[in-house]
Amino acid sequence: MEILEDKPGKQILLLGNEAITRGALEAGVDVATTYPGTPSSEIADTFSLIARAFTKQKKEPPFYFEYSTNEKVALEVAGAAAISGLKSLTCMKHVGLNVASDTFMTYMYIGLRGGHVIVSADDPSCHSSQNEQDNRYFALFGGAPMLEPSTPNEAKEMTRIGFEISETLQSPLLLRTTTRLNHVRGAIELKKLQKPRKKGHFEKNPNWVTTPAVARAQHPKLLKMLKKAEEISEKSQFNKIIDIGKPKGWGIVTSGVSYNYVKEVVEDLKLNIKILKLGMTHPLPRKMCENFIKSCKNIVIVEELEPILENQFKAIAYDVGSNIKIYGKSTGHFSRLYEYNPDIVFEVFSKIFNIKNPIKKPKESKIKLPSRPPALCPGCPHRATYYAAKKAQPKGIIYPTDIGCYTLGREKPLEMADLLLCMGSNAGTACGLAVATDKKIISFMGDSTFFHSGIPPVIDAVHHRHDVVITVLDNRTTAMTGHQPHPGTDFDGMGRPARRILVEDVVKGCGVEHIEITNPNKIKETTEAFKRALDFKGTAVVVSKSPCILLANRDKRKRGEKIPVYHINQEKCRKCKICIGQFGCPAFYYGEDGSIFIDDQQCNGCGNCVDICPFDAISPKEEK
Amino acid sequence: MKDKTNIVLTGVGGHGVITAANILGKAAVKAKINVFVSEVHGMAQRGGSVNCTIRLGDVSGALVASGTADAIVSTEPIEALRYIHYANKDTRIITDITPVIPFTVSVGSEEYPDINKVLKELENYGKLYKIDAVKIAKQSGDIIVKNIVMLGALAAIDVLPFKKEILLETILENIPAKYKDMNKKAFENGYKTIKK
Repeated sequence: MEILEDKPGKQILLLGNEAITRGALEAGVDVATTYPGTPSSEIADTFSLIARAFTKQKKEPPFYFEYSTNEKVALEVAGAAAISGLKSLTCMKHVGLNVASDTFMTYMYIGLRGGHVIVSADDPSCHSSQNEQDNRYFALFGGAPMLEPSTPNEAKEMTRIGFEISETLQSPLLLRTTTRLNHVRGAIELKKLQKPRKKGHFEKNPNWVTTPAVARAQHPKLLKMLKKAEEISEKSQFNKIIDIGKPKGWGIVTSGVSYNYVKEVVEDLKLNIKILKLGMTHPLPRKMCENFIKSCKNIVIVEELEPILENQFKAIAYDVGSNIKIYGKSTGHFSRLYEYNPDIVFEVFSKIFNIKNPIKKPKESKIKLPSRPPALCPGCPHRATYYAAKKAQPKGIIYPTDIGCYTLGREKPLEMADLLLCMGSNAGTACGLAVATDKKIISFMGDSTFFHSGIPPVIDAVHHRHDVVITVLDNRTTAMTGHQPHPGTDFDGMGRPARRILVEDVVKGCGVEHIEITNPNKIKETTEAFKRALDFKGTAVVVSKSPCILLANRDKRKRGEKIPVYHINQEKCRKCKICIGQFGCPAFYYGEDGSIFIDDQQCNGCGNCVDICPFDAISPKEEK
Repeated sequence: MKDKTNIVLTGVGGHGVITAANILGKAAVKAKINVFVSEVHGMAQRGGSVNCTIRLGDVSGALVASGTADAIVSTEPIEALRYIHYANKDTRIITDITPVIPFTVSVGSEEYPDINKVLKELENYGKLYKIDAVKIAKQSGDIIVKNIVMLGALAAIDVLPFKKEILLETILENIPAKYKDMNKKAFENGYKTIKK
């Protein structure tokens, strides 16, 4: 594996996320944990890939890795290892840190003995997220030192050096990334791989137990640590001033991927300017910032999302008695919304510096183009569950949903997703809707989501006798983020056998009195199961079990089994359009004369269309 | 030679667009040229619109400014048009001519525009190269090497800052041994379609 090569000086192309994994290996990481989530997933998937390769060769992997039940558990597993003197990495998407925040905030009080890099992958523009929160606030909120890389190579170096900073300060460190870092490839210069420590040692100390008295004593230590962190920030190689041309009183302050756009735009516009590129953005190198402010007459702050640098620079300017002009979000030049790009920086800089923008207004095609929105795959078992649930009672139901592929059930023709907040919210909001309305409620969540944060609201429903139907779509994988294992699979992230936990056993243990276990590919039986669940007065759980079609077909191919392809007998077809207009499988299409066909290339051979066709017009065609 | 090269690769999920972008990035590293590649992950899955950008030379980031693409390479005609804001009058646009019908069209809720109008429209934005990559890929062995046909065509339009041989070498290093012949053929056939 190229990523494991111990050839210092060699250049290889890596994804930003892979570069973070490499940086951790170069630091000698012992323990890595995660809950998968875009855009962070490939960091952990790379650890998993390496660990599985070792396991396959019957060798001990160089580190311990797990896909934890959720982000909070991930932080606790890796945190305890760091407290025991090991080097840990925990990665998650930005909203994952909300889940882990209870642990994070107090972890900052007690610190650690080894090293711990916590990676937050933020998603400006919500490419694949339910919000675009700026997790730099978490560094300020909890008091964590923070690094923000601009390129994959910098991400690798910041991870490697982040471990050193974390160990020196005996504090967890936040590596804050964004989608355009996580999902950008660039050349990496390899450094030597460090040997892990492997085993830690837990030294008993009453200060590890955060009673109120301990917490009061630890808080001043946290503030003292931040003072020391500021000294590191002053000397950090990641904070630097870059002169472009002959600077004459104008300065730019920037961090993260914004720096990339700023540098090229400034060069293209031939501006004479100096750039303060901040890589360690918490705590700020205060003296460096003060001197930068004093050396400029005007400053432009370029940062995506929240005005975090901007507000701090205004405070510093006030403290040093400077009346420098600061351009940024408060002056209306830059937006607090969405990710930036070269076009945005060109436009704003042209205004501020009064130069003609060389980027012309983008051309748009005069022809209207059809969209290609994401959809449930042909053969997806979720579609069958949705269809069956709708058949049980077609009208008057509210459908709270959750985070996963099944969120796509929101689209036509199913339209069975009515309310979504975050991981696990389906069942909690189901309870609230049952209290607030007279409607029947059927909620949906995936199996990975169930284990992540779906269990407490099920307990709430049972205990309070809420009249709801909670559905667990059990496809035996974390599908949306790339088919990672979870507590319901019989192997773990290192490729080792794991104890499988069954959803139905858990809900039984939670006291659910009415449990339906169904195979969604048997649509009529599944409809009956939903009918019984709806008739039950109280909390009913439907566990709809069928593996993700992509995994099922992959396994079939591996075993040498054929995957059938279905076709429509045009003589029997009465064009009732149930298959295309109500079931909505994307393998179906209209021919020019309005006849309906199935695309061989797209059909995944689930055969559910055979059951839903009232005229017996669909049957297997051939094998592919 | 220009100090910056901007390439936009577009197409439909499943066409190997990300693989092609990754290969271009690796070839640049082999040629010791600075490179950044941006990718689409996550929600964009099979059947969705895919767009990668590759920037080579004296560049700092992976995103391409509007109107600054040196080449747009698309595995599907309307996907070239979807990202046409990257083009200027000198941009070379290579597109496969075979439409891939989105399900929004097959279920009758949207319309796929007339293919001849799409190709005509593309000509308004830059220098257009139309190729039947599906046919060339099949002739080379399998439709799956369509992305490699496109890379061969890209190597023929004098945009890349490294030699065609480096790109071919990189392709062959990144695929299983048994598919080497097919990929080599696909690449050469794609190249020849433009340089005839």
